[in-house]
Amino acid sequence: MNDQEFYDRLKKVVSARLAVPEEQIRLESRYAEDLGADSLTVVDLAMALEEEFQCKIFDSDLDQIKTVADTLAYLRSHLSA
Amino acid sequence: MEQNVVITGLGVISSIGAGKEAFWDGLIRGASGVAPIISFDPSDLPVRIAAEVQDFHPEQSLGLRAAQRLDRFAQFAMVAAKMAAEDGGIDVFDSEEAGVIVSSGVGGILTLVDQEEILHRKGPDRVSPFFVPMMIVNAAAAQIAIQYKARGYSSAPVTACASSLNAIGDAYEVIRRGDARWMIAGGAEASILPITIAGFANMKALSRNSDPDQASRPFDRDRDGFVLGEGAGILLLESEENARRRNAHIYARIVAYASSNDAYNIVAPDPEGRAVTWMILRALEKAGMRPEEVDYVNAHGTSTPLNDRIETLALKKVFGDHARRLRISSTKSMIGHLLGAAGAVETIATLLPLERGIIHPTIHYVHPDPDCDLDYVPNRAVDARVNTVLKTSYGFGGHNACLILQRDAH
Repeated sequence: MNDQEFYDRLKKVVSARLAVPEEQIRLESRYAEDLGADSLTVVDLAMALEEEFQCKIFDSDLDQIKTVADTLAYLRSHLSA
Repeated sequence: MEQNVVITGLGVISSIGAGKEAFWDGLIRGASGVAPIISFDPSDLPVRIAAEVQDFHPEQSLGLRAAQRLDRFAQFAMVAAKMAAEDGGIDVFDSEEAGVIVSSGVGGILTLVDQEEILHRKGPDRVSPFFVPMMIVNAAAAQIAIQYKARGYSSAPVTACASSLNAIGDAYEVIRRGDARWMIAGGAEASILPITIAGFANMKALSRNSDPDQASRPFDRDRDGFVLGEGAGILLLESEENARRRNAHIYARIVAYASSNDAYNIVAPDPEGRAVTWMILRALEKAGMRPEEVDYVNAHGTSTPLNDRIETLALKKVFGDHARRLRISSTKSMIGHLLGAAGAVETIATLLPLERGIIHPTIHYVHPDPDCDLDYVPNRAVDARVNTVLKTSYGFGGHNACLILQRDAH
């Protein structure tokens, strides 16, 4: 899977869970400030990402995932691990 | 100082129309919202008809994200609240003098059933973090309070099929005693799904008549149970002083509220209707009225053999000879039984004669029952000059509630 495919899949999940059009989602988008996510929305998003990418996102790591780019990096490192 | 309380905004979602105008038009026409169930495959259920709300698109009025975070019952409530606020000319309260009492019979049972399935199929890690806030029965009250910044008195009284009449009555009392100037009150229900159909059917509460044009037939000799419905009714209540000051349209004054419990059986009504009789007499006494002053009763009228017979008996006990002069109709003949939302939606139906001088009929009425021998306004709406109306609701658990409403004399 190349970077673009990976990013596109991520955007689809973020768009669906946050009810935000894909066009509004950028790498630098912050979930809370830019996309209006509250704490439960972030938990819900993490669960959807776990399903989509068949991985585990630890609750203790959620604090580090503030932006779409953070998410991409996190998933990349945990999927290749 | 004790405040007079008036109704100044209406919002309704029902199987025969959304918004007061469409709803009232449907009631006058004698429209039926009962049809074969389409939201799921009912083929293995003993009952396959219901009064479902169709063409409901909450994302259009609430936005996609808000709609996604609400159970269907709370979606109904939020859309109806928006209608009531617009109808009453309200944008946002941003005040402790505004409150919300909006209830439901069971709350987010669709969400509960969905998440239960996820728990079993995918495990506890996949249960949504929104499960609890979407399911709780006070979710509608909470979301409305947030939306309209109503920081005053708030609750969600749960009394099964009397819930939303208790909600309106409680809201009336809050304004009357001076704890708020405005209240949003009512109820919402969205519980048409296989497990509720099975449960109600197994208690023999649902009609087994498979014909949508015959099943809900309150007060008819051949009635055999109710038909499940869904929707919401939300009302804006305010002190008369407040309404006069801003020159709001007043649909009616609430002149009395009373409530009681049969204290007899968890589902069967007291065969003598003692608590219901007492409650209506108590409401009349609080309103300072004689029974003869009531022109119209919007009955609970479920279409179950027991309810309609005992309800009729209680009306005769309260009203004596005047019972035969009363006009009585059951909204459930058209929209089915909305459980926790029934009282509020039917209160909006009760306002129809005050607003338009028309009493809606009880449809599907064919054979008179010797035990139900009053004027149920069979099948056709009637013109009537009406000043005082009584709305009653009775719930499983023996809960009873009633309101007396009056035309605004000004």
